[in-house]
This record gives sequence, structure tokens and C-alpha cells, in this order.
Amino acid sequence: MRTKEVFSNIKAVLKRELSGYFGAPVAYVFIVIFLLLVGFFTFNVSSFYEIGQADLRGFFQWHPWVYMFLIPAVAMRLWSEERRLGTIELILTMPITPAEVIVGKFLAAWIFIAVALGLTFPMILTVLYLGRPDLGTIVCGYIGSLLMAGAFLGIGSMTSSLTRSQVISFILAVVICLFFILAGYAPVTGALSGWAPAWLVNMVAQLGVLTHFATISRGIIDLRDILYFFSVILFMLFVNGIVILNRRTA
Amino acid sequence: MIEVEQLSKHFGPKRAVDDVSFTVEKGEILGFLGPNGAGKSTTMRMITGFIPPTAGRVRIGGADVGDAPLAARKQIGYLPENAPVYPDMTVNGYLEFCAEVRGFSGSERQRRVAATIEKCFLERVTHQTVSTLSKGYKQRVCFAQSILHDPAYLILDEPTDGLDPNQKHEVRQMIKTMAADKAIIFSTHILDEVDAVCTRAIIIAEGKIVADDTPTGLRSRSPLAGALTLTLGATEAEAAAERFQQVAGVQSVNIVSNSDEAVQLRIFPADRGAIAVDSLLAEAAARQLTVKAITTEQGRLDEVFRAITTIS
Repeated sequence: MRTKEVFSNIKAVLKRELSGYFGAPVAYVFIVIFLLLVGFFTFNVSSFYEIGQADLRGFFQWHPWVYMFLIPAVAMRLWSEERRLGTIELILTMPITPAEVIVGKFLAAWIFIAVALGLTFPMILTVLYLGRPDLGTIVCGYIGSLLMAGAFLGIGSMTSSLTRSQVISFILAVVICLFFILAGYAPVTGALSGWAPAWLVNMVAQLGVLTHFATISRGIIDLRDILYFFSVILFMLFVNGIVILNRRTA
Repeated sequence: MIEVEQLSKHFGPKRAVDDVSFTVEKGEILGFLGPNGAGKSTTMRMITGFIPPTAGRVRIGGADVGDAPLAARKQIGYLPENAPVYPDMTVNGYLEFCAEVRGFSGSERQRRVAATIEKCFLERVTHQTVSTLSKGYKQRVCFAQSILHDPAYLILDEPTDGLDPNQKHEVRQMIKTMAADKAIIFSTHILDEVDAVCTRAIIIAEGKIVADDTPTGLRSRSPLAGALTLTLGATEAEAAAERFQQVAGVQSVNIVSNSDEAVQLRIFPADRGAIAVDSLLAEAAARQLTVKAITTEQGRLDEVFRAITTIS
């Protein structure tokens, strides 16, 4: 049965990629940098203790910016490495569809980021110790953060398929992530609203991750926000597939 | 059966592969020859479905590579040029991964991986990461991957490239032993290999097939084929050549070398097999010339190759 094959193929790719992540020291470097950066911003820049509120707003607030640099770094090797080594030729001539490989690789990277994100659990323990936080909001914050990471990862996976150079892939992904962050940023929408039609301003604002992330991390799970993140992921992976099918060599 | 029908690939204005058709039956080992850039790899990539052709079609065991890619790929084992393998994986881990993608699970997977490791002499490096392996081992790991699932069709792009003579011999042996129930296509530019392994050879130049024949058939196209080389003891070379010229069936005689120890003559027949060797020997005996050696030239593949691929 084909569905069984699809899952076992995705699983095979996912397992291979995951062992690739955790078998290399880069993964641990990444996790340490992620935790240090998030910690630094939360405690030193957002003044977590001084504010005196038992919530994680000061923590989640920085995630888009940290992700903007770190997720393209995680994603950049997904496809460019396959191109550079020529292994893309082998994987695409095995009885496995490009979609299965793309999804497998994406999920592996997402799981890896989820692990890094999960390692921020001392933050939850800290607020639990200090006060009585709204646990629902915290859970929502984590869900939102993970979804945003997925969206950025989709972008990174797509740019990685464009080139055999990891550096180019990284820079392209950072730029696109920046666009998605800035699109919902008040100064940008403000600059547009002077002259552009309202629907355009609205559309650009809706494209931005910040608005969607903000709603979720405030503790409101809105189907539209979830849909937004999954659309970005699916769209990027779809483009990823088209790029792979059309530029198989080089 | 591998059926290639009027396959073409254009890269912009360049015709990398131009109207190539051939079939390979089970039991055949097809040598795919041609100068660098002639379109060998491009053709193989189209056969395996890695790149889509501009025109034409490929069927693997009846399954069209374009329309039913998975069914076609299941039957193929492919060794791409330069033998790419994930450098961060162990040999065992890599083969396990390939077996998993090929749909083997549980004990069947373990059995296949172990058998392939043994067949390709990889026991010593089973738990090493690929990046620590020598070129020869890497090549063998990639080769192992291509035969793991015991495919009916093998496509090997320069399988012996970068190997030392012993390893080359091993790979050739492996290809030969597997040939009985498989159709094998392999590309090379080592002409000895064609002689040693292939049952048939296709020469491709500038994207077109310029010859499709058995190695013996190809060799007999050489102008040298059928000529006799006669090594005599020291003598007057010109005079000897003139005398042999008179023997029945001889068209021309060339002096190959002339030294104080020996004279070597090449005698071309008017028709192949027209010269009786004993009449040459009788002539030599009559003139009291010492015959040190006499050999019939089989023709040389490199000559044929050069002639065919430079004319077109």
C-alpha cells in the first residue's frame, strides 16, 4: 500500500537527518548558542526580574529575532549539501518521491529545533517558582514559537534547494525571514499606510509573522493564525519541490 | 529489458544527447564508451530518471521512467559518477538507510545489509564513517548501495574510476559474476575494461551513437586487425620485406622496427585470413631467416575508438 510506503520513506529520511544533526558537534553548538542568546535577551535586555511579572512575554518576544539568524543556519545544509556532494542524484533516483524527502528533511530539522526549544524549560520552572503564571499562555507561547520556527524552516529549506552554497542559502533565508518579520512591524505598515490602498497595507500586515505570533503568545489560539503558519510552511515546501524538480543538476 | 527510444537532451542550444536509441537485454553487459563530455553521464541520468529528457522515452522492465518513476526506479541499481555517499554516516548506517528506502525491514534488512557488506568486501570498515574512507572504499560503498536490493538492472557510471588495479579487477569480477540474470550498463573510458567485461559496446560521440557492436566486432574495424607481425633475427630489413611481399595473399609489408638484434615486420593480407602462416615460414626458411615470433594482430580498440570519435 502506497500510504504505508510514504510514511516509511519519510521516517527513513527523518531518521537519517536526525542522526546527522545529533551526530555532529554543530548541533550542540547551535543549541548552546540558542539558549545563551534567548537567556541573554530575556534576562539582560527584557529585564525579566525587574519587571516583576510572572509571565514569559519578555522571553517569547525575542524568538522571532533569534530564529531569524539561527533557523537559516539549521536549514542551510538541508539541500545545498546534497547538491554539493552529488548525493541528491542518488536520493532522487531511489524509489522515493521528492515530496517524501522534502517532508522528511523538514520534519527532522523541526524536531531538532523543538528539542532546542524544549531545553528552555528552566524558564517555566523559574516563573513557576517566582509566582503563579498562566500556564495556558505559556503553552500557547511555545506552540506559537514552534510554528514560527516551522515557517522560518520552510523558508530556509526552500532557499537551501536553490544553491549548492550554504552561505548563499543562509543569506537568502535571513533576508526572506526578515521580510516576514518586518511585514507586520508597525513602522513598515505605517510607512505604507500613507499612500498604499488599505487592502494592500492589510495584506502586508497579515503576511508578517509578528502579528500572528503575538496573538498566539498572548494565549489566543485562533485558527487563522495556525492556518497562516501552516500555509507559509506548505507554500515554501511546495516551492522547494518545484525547485528540486527543475534544477536537479548543478 | 532496458529500452531507450530516441532519447535527446538539449541544454539550451547544445545537444548533449541527440536521438539515442538502444536496448539492453538481461544477461548483457553493455559498455558505454565515449570521450569526456560526449553525453554518457547525461544519458545515464536520463535512464535513471534523475533528469528528464527533452525528447524520447526510457522503459525499465516495461515501466516508463517518466510516467511510472517509482516502478522503474525500484528495479534499478545506480552508481552515479564520483560515487556520492553521505560523509557523516557509517558504512553500516548508510546501507541500512538505503535498505529502508528500498522497502526492506526487520531481519530481511539486516540480512541484506550484511550480505552486501560481505559481497563488497566492506567488513573492515563497517563501523567507520564514510568521510574517513579512502576513495576506493567510498566507491565500493556506493557500489554496495546499488546492488543491495539485487536489482534486475544496473546502471554504473564509471564504476572503476579512481580505483587501483586490484580494486578495478575486483569490481570487474563482481560485475561479471552478476551479469547472468541482470542487464548492466556501465560507462568507462578504459578500453581494456570493455574487452575484459562487456558483451557489447556502444560508442557515443557528441551525443550520438557512432558504433554499437561486440568488442571483437569493434576491434576488427581496426586497420591493424588480421595483420601478422613477424619478428626475425638480425637481417637486411628492406630485402626481407621485399621477399615477403611476394608471398601469395600479401598486400603490403611494413617495417615496424629494425635493430641489431631483431627485425620486426608487419604483413597486411589482401583479405583477412588470406595468408597461410606456413607459407611465410617456408619463405623464411628458404631465405635462411630466423623466425623469433609470429603473432596475428587482433586490432586495437583504442585505434578504433580514436578513429570513430574524431571523424564524426
